[in-house]
Amino acid sequence: MTGRLSLFLAVMLAVGYAFLYGPIVSLVVYSFNASRLVTVWAGFSTHWYVELLHNQAIHDAALISLEIAVTAATGALLLGTLAGYALQRYRRFRGRALFSLLVTAPLVMPEVITGLSLLLLFVALEQAIGWPAGRGMLTIAAAHVTLGTAYVAVVVEARLAAFDRSLEEAALDLGARPAKVFLVITLPLIAPALAAGWLLAFTLSLDDLVIASFTSGPSSSTLPMVIFSSVRLGVSPQINALATLFLVTVAVLVTVAGRLMNARAQDS
Amino acid sequence: MSAPAAAAPAPPTSHLRIEDVVKRFAPGGAAAVDGVSLDIEAGEFFALLGPSGCGKTTLLRLLAGFETPDQGRILIDGADMEGVPPYRRPVNMMFQSYALFPHMTAAENVAFGLRQDRLPRAEIAARVAAMLDLVKLGHLARRKPHQLSGGERQRVALARALAQEPKLVLLDEPLAALDRKLREETRFELVRIQRRVGITFLMVTHDQEEAMSMATRIAVMSAGRIVQLGTPQQIYEAPASRFVADFIGGVNLFAGRVVGAERGLLRVDCAEAGAQLLVEHAALAPGSDVAVAVRPEKITLTPEPEARNRLEGRVLGAAYRGEASTYEVELAGGKLLRVTLTNTQRTIRPLAAGQAVTLAFEPAAAVVLPP
Repeated sequence: MTGRLSLFLAVMLAVGYAFLYGPIVSLVVYSFNASRLVTVWAGFSTHWYVELLHNQAIHDAALISLEIAVTAATGALLLGTLAGYALQRYRRFRGRALFSLLVTAPLVMPEVITGLSLLLLFVALEQAIGWPAGRGMLTIAAAHVTLGTAYVAVVVEARLAAFDRSLEEAALDLGARPAKVFLVITLPLIAPALAAGWLLAFTLSLDDLVIASFTSGPSSSTLPMVIFSSVRLGVSPQINALATLFLVTVAVLVTVAGRLMNARAQDS
Repeated sequence: MSAPAAAAPAPPTSHLRIEDVVKRFAPGGAAAVDGVSLDIEAGEFFALLGPSGCGKTTLLRLLAGFETPDQGRILIDGADMEGVPPYRRPVNMMFQSYALFPHMTAAENVAFGLRQDRLPRAEIAARVAAMLDLVKLGHLARRKPHQLSGGERQRVALARALAQEPKLVLLDEPLAALDRKLREETRFELVRIQRRVGITFLMVTHDQEEAMSMATRIAVMSAGRIVQLGTPQQIYEAPASRFVADFIGGVNLFAGRVVGAERGLLRVDCAEAGAQLLVEHAALAPGSDVAVAVRPEKITLTPEPEARNRLEGRVLGAAYRGEASTYEVELAGGKLLRVTLTNTQRTIRPLAAGQAVTLAFEPAAAVVLPP
């Protein structure tokens, strides 16, 4: 690499970044606008953030979203860890290729299809066995588990692939039983990947609009759903403020998750 | 780990006995370990030596309990190890990668096995301190593995393997990950520690120099079998086959046919040497095909016309190694010979390429091998 960018490349880079992040920057900037109009700048103000604090509907939606995200991320962590462990540690079993495909398919499945199929499943289940009764937080969380599991499985599998098996053998050799080896050796060493997987699943759940819209019921509107529906009635700078907070939260979580995933370089 | 010692009187058996062990990784496939039997006495420093893929590491893993033999038995002090999992065997292993637990300090690594044995806290602390002192790492007890150098990690791994006072310590290429200088120093260190603790060591290595300089006995392995067993000197000076002669140090091999025997000497006609060679060996039937093996350092330059086993040749190339020089000499018939001459004087004049030389070796310096 030569040290200096040519002028052409620098301009193209700026255009690229502007295209990707310009709208987001403008959203953040206008969240501090004193004017009610999102297109007219009338001076700096944190007015909309204060107003947001007093908006009960948004509070409720945020709590619902958080609760769903925690539940879904935890469920995804359990299932995804098992799936990732199976994929990495048992290299040969009947149907392994199919299993691998099915575990990771939600990563590329169009959300509309995931959402619709889950909605049909929940409706059919309700008619057949009466559970889940109606749609709500439970069904959204369950739907988000399917998505999050795929991410956790991929992260855990990658981490285990880089794991030195002789560490586990050494622990066995020194007298630790297999269950203890998993608890005191394997688990602490893959913990950063588990945390990263949980954070990814949490973020995905917090972000999701499409799947949540399909699987939600009355009185279970998540934050993205509230934002989306209020924007359709006209954009309020309050939404800008909310979106800014949202952006910061997600950016922090994704950064932490990324750090955790790269933590392996340290301990090898 | 303390062994679940059987109450039965100890049968007259060796410390470690391996009986006709076979291990195949694929059913019907080639055996990684193919009928190995071995007896190792208490306190030995034993080396399994062989090229990569000869089955030596598999044998080690069978002893540790990470693999199960398809056939045969492994007995430690008379106790059959069949069905005994790794965590119940009185055996500890030092891994080639050391396999130190990265999230624990050096002291915690050494204490790991003792904790599994549920020893009292004070005893664990005392034992860990003693082990770290033994490997001269007392001052680094609180460091994590990534804060230690390669040599220090190797010592922690050794201390960890010794801490539970196992009956047998398995060392998988213990010096392979060290650089050359450190490796040579560590050889002496390992032997010193082994003498001091008195625990039986079984080492796997592909480095013949390492095996010879450290082990009391060596088993040379090839294709899953032990091809020769003996002291380092026996293996080097009396190799049993062309493979062993070739694998352990350099060797010059001449194909030949026995002509006759006279006073303990065998006369072998070697077309490649362009001469009849005299070798100390018991009589063989005339006409049998044999190979005559001579180590490069047992060949000398000679001006004497009556020397036995004279070989005329021409120097092709020289490699100066400081303490000695190795020459490649082409004999009249085209056979290439390797000759090592010690540089006994500082001002010795090396042989030049192209120079004609007369070489010779004593009948006792050569070995007769099967063809």
